[in-house]
Amino acid sequence: MSAIAERAAGAQRTVLGFWIYLMTDCVLFATLFATYAVQRNSTNGGPGGAALFDLPYVLVETMLLLTSSFTCGLAVIALQRRNKQLLLRMLAVTFVLGLAFVGLEFNEFRYLVTEGNDWQRSGFLSAYFTLVATHGLHICVGLLWALVLGVQIWRRGLGGNTVKRMTLFSMFWHFLDVVWIFIFSVVYLWSGRL
Amino acid sequence: MAHVKKRIIRRRNFILAATIVGIVVFGVVARYLYVTPIAVLQPAGPIAAGQRELMVVASVLMLLIVVPVFTLAGVFAWRYRESNKKARYAPNWDHNRAFEVIWWFVPSALIAVLAVMTWHGTYAYDPYKPLLSNQKQITIQAVALDWRWLFIYPEQKVASINYVRMPVNTPIKFEVTSDAPMNSFWIPQLGGQVYAMPGMGTQLHLMANEQGDFYGSSANISGKGFAGMNFVAAATPRYSFDAWVADAQTKSPLTLEQYAEVAAPTTDRRVYTYSAPAAGLYDTIISKYMTDHTNMEQTE
Amino acid sequence: MTPMFAGLLGRFTLDALPHDLVTAFGALTIVGAGVGALALITITHRWKWLWKEWITTVDPKRIGLMYVIISLLMLLRGASDALLMRAQQALSAGDAAGIVDANHFQQIFSAHGTIMIFFVAMGLLFGLINLIMPLQIGSRDVAFPVLNAASFWLFFGGMALVNLSLVVGEFSAAGWLAYPPLSELQFSPGTGVDYWIWSLQISGIGSLLSAINFVTTILTMRAPGMTLMKMPMFVWTVLGSMLMVAFAFPILTATLTMLALDRTMGMHFFTAAAGGNPMMYVNLIWAWGHPEVYILILPAFGIYSEVVATFARKRLFGYVSMVWATMAIVLLSFIVWLHHFFTMGAGADVNAFFGIMTMIIAIPTGVKIFNWLFTMYRGRIKFATPMLWFMGFVAIFTIGGMAGVLMAIPPVDFQLHNSLFLVAHFHMMIVGGVVFGFFAGLTYWFPKIFGFKLNERLGRYAFSCWFGGFLLAFVPLHILGLMGATRRLDHYDASLGWQQLFIVAGVGVLLIGLGVVFQVLQLVVSILQRDKNRDLTGDPWNGRTLEWSTTSPAPSYNFATIPVVADRDAFWVRKHQRSAQPAPEYEAIIVPRNTSVGLVIGLLAFGFGFAVIWHMWLLAVACLIGLVVTIIMRAQNDNTERTLSAATIAKFEARTSEVTA
Repeated sequence: MSAIAERAAGAQRTVLGFWIYLMTDCVLFATLFATYAVQRNSTNGGPGGAALFDLPYVLVETMLLLTSSFTCGLAVIALQRRNKQLLLRMLAVTFVLGLAFVGLEFNEFRYLVTEGNDWQRSGFLSAYFTLVATHGLHICVGLLWALVLGVQIWRRGLGGNTVKRMTLFSMFWHFLDVVWIFIFSVVYLWSGRL
Repeated sequence: MAHVKKRIIRRRNFILAATIVGIVVFGVVARYLYVTPIAVLQPAGPIAAGQRELMVVASVLMLLIVVPVFTLAGVFAWRYRESNKKARYAPNWDHNRAFEVIWWFVPSALIAVLAVMTWHGTYAYDPYKPLLSNQKQITIQAVALDWRWLFIYPEQKVASINYVRMPVNTPIKFEVTSDAPMNSFWIPQLGGQVYAMPGMGTQLHLMANEQGDFYGSSANISGKGFAGMNFVAAATPRYSFDAWVADAQTKSPLTLEQYAEVAAPTTDRRVYTYSAPAAGLYDTIISKYMTDHTNMEQTE
Repeated sequence: MTPMFAGLLGRFTLDALPHDLVTAFGALTIVGAGVGALALITITHRWKWLWKEWITTVDPKRIGLMYVIISLLMLLRGASDALLMRAQQALSAGDAAGIVDANHFQQIFSAHGTIMIFFVAMGLLFGLINLIMPLQIGSRDVAFPVLNAASFWLFFGGMALVNLSLVVGEFSAAGWLAYPPLSELQFSPGTGVDYWIWSLQISGIGSLLSAINFVTTILTMRAPGMTLMKMPMFVWTVLGSMLMVAFAFPILTATLTMLALDRTMGMHFFTAAAGGNPMMYVNLIWAWGHPEVYILILPAFGIYSEVVATFARKRLFGYVSMVWATMAIVLLSFIVWLHHFFTMGAGADVNAFFGIMTMIIAIPTGVKIFNWLFTMYRGRIKFATPMLWFMGFVAIFTIGGMAGVLMAIPPVDFQLHNSLFLVAHFHMMIVGGVVFGFFAGLTYWFPKIFGFKLNERLGRYAFSCWFGGFLLAFVPLHILGLMGATRRLDHYDASLGWQQLFIVAGVGVLLIGLGVVFQVLQLVVSILQRDKNRDLTGDPWNGRTLEWSTTSPAPSYNFATIPVVADRDAFWVRKHQRSAQPAPEYEAIIVPRNTSVGLVIGLLAFGFGFAVIWHMWLLAVACLIGLVVTIIMRAQNDNTERTLSAATIAKFEARTSEVTA
């Protein structure tokens, strides 16, 4: 097989492998969701979701993340057109939106903790913090990834590895967006109402 | 010629010796099994008897598959060993629909039969199902502690540690919980076990058809003293039970303070008896762990 | 202590060092072995060689061999634990104290189970897959070689933690699955359960990465012409097993994380109070745990398929059926987990459903057994050692399977759960099925890996001791279980009459120990006799699959030219073709460079685990940052491959054909 064909085959393998990884991440989140569902009413005499969750605030978080997914999609289109400047700009916007999301989420957590509703208070809060923070940590990893990748693309341009990595990054970012939709529904909407 | 004869004699001697050793070993094992109690196979109550019956029937049914497997394995290994030149050799024969149908279908049929048995048996011997009897049911609450068992008789208003007495031929409803890690409440001769969990109440309905002292234990590891968590489950005539209750009512009461002492970790396995367990003690123990919206009562 | 100092040393004190005889002996053995190994390498000036050829390797054959060596060493430790357990139970009737106290005994059996499952069985599994699977599919490598190395070093890190617990601190005394609330801080405040959590967490992530690697490899790197239905059966079972790892291990990762959060951050997932739910842990851990045992057994089944077909000199019977049976087992194994806790009080409908589902798995398993037997039918069977292990498997696994179907009936399980009957059942499945299968695989593929055959006679002695010893050790346990003997007891009343059976079981384990001695002897003698037993053709058993078409051992690039496959049993078909093979045309091969990234990741993960266990938060953060930095730095490295020129390949091939000529 020629070197170019080998490299292309290798890139395809990496994409398949990354898909499988995302499926394993799916199972990980599913486990946390299942635990949350079982413990959503285990409030240990303390406040539950209805008392604690600020739905408009969470809506803002959601809009930030959804928009960042959109700009990530724009970045991928720029990638396909090999437009390095546009790609980097869209990646930067995605980064900023994601950072804002993390900031808001951190703020939400800080408020809960200072009010005494931290993860030690009840099974419900343990499950809530772990599920949402796991997603938040994944977002942080994505932000770091975007930063490192952006620098790499800026300095080395769009070559074999960077193209592959940008593809993987966008898969990762969209996946996290989907997980957030579930969090929004299962954690905030469902528990916020009951 | 002579060495062939010697080999035959040696082989004969070997078979003779092996047979004698085999008979001796068999005799020793048989006697041992005869004199040693095998609790699960020697039921003293209807639940354990039903469980044994299921076990025996299922085992016999499975022999329908297992015996052919062993036979085929032995026969094929012997017949088709490479030194046997007489056997047919068909190196590319790798497919036969009829055979495949047989061994997909016959085990499936067997499993179907076992499945029906399982379905009926699971409902029939459901630990939550009360036993039918013309005698009135007695409730005994079993609490797993570190590392012994506390038995509370809410109706008779007595309590005991590591000893539970029940009248024979009377259905007993055990309500089981734990004030310690997860344990498992098990009296093999009367019937199977149920987990004892803090903050939760499980149930086990049992009955003794025979008098006797039956071995009970905890079947789930709960810490350092777990191996010592044996108790005696005694089935006696009704008058004997009543006498024991009357005697227990003269002992010191099991107040909440006394209970706190009793529940402290200890490997003291001795039997103690108390009168007047604190009202609602069992429920108090459970609700120590329960909080809002976590109603973990396992009732059916 | 200032906060800074506390951050450095956490809860580590001198108390953590061993302070009784048995633990001290164990610790000295581990430390001695480690120091001894380091000394040996230094004296023989082998550091550079070790670094270049083994520590930084990305060749799956080398990585596989490292897995196997570590696993076999851990088998010795797990077996020592077993000997101690049997000795304790044989001696501690009535007032006799036995040889260890209760807490220590509980650590021993917890370590025994943990080590055997995670560091022997899983290790041998990944070892054999690495060694053989790429060769069998006609590939030169796995899909992600560096990830493969990282997986091994993560496995190594987990193994190091388990062994370190013998030297500093203690191990978990909560059983190999650490049910809460016993495993929570309230009842297990020491470092034991934390060692358990982190050694599993670290090696578990390694396993997950391997699954991604191997599934991608099998799906994308097969030789041209090898459709899925032409793959060797071992590869099918590896595919099934790795798919199961991908779906099951994340559950373990999440569950271990939640238990760790309970223990380090005061959360309430599984605590008895404050809204925790121990039953949730039981469900989650078995939702992983049941697929785990099928993850182990399926590749063992695959090995049996290879061994029986090869030694019966006959095509595997019912290949398509076997594939369907494998996939059925993969799917079914995810919907039976509740049978591990029928006694937790779920109610009759739930129990009955899971009981029936469990029985249904017996059907495809039985199909496999019949297919193997009918592969023997009208074959011409050579009973070399691998075939003996198979026959032992048939006997033991069938009995164990019977016991399993019995316990799938919930009311019966109520009487057998957590008794020694259960212990006997799962040992029959795991030892008779998995361990025997891996022994069959190791003896079968040994010539391919090392280039010379094992001594057959010593192999037969080893098998006989294992088989006889195993029956002697575990048949009595069935009876003990029926007598009402619970598992994990460190002492029992003398009046129960159990001691005689415990003694018999103890003798059985000694016999197994003799079998292990024979295996070690076999290895030593075979190495000494290696020139006499050289495998010069690469095909010592008249094999059927592609791995036998290479030299023994295979060259680092596996195949100079990728084979083109036309049928199942590709190598057998090729051997029996009359057509002359055209002269091979060599092309340059791109191979990945060696790298220390895997080792660094393993070390940092080990450091992180150790730090969290001892609450050394600064070290923990440092290791995490180190991991991130390592990965980022690796991403900057564009020079990760090198080329073996066609001329180099031609030279290698010519040299080896000179040797075989």
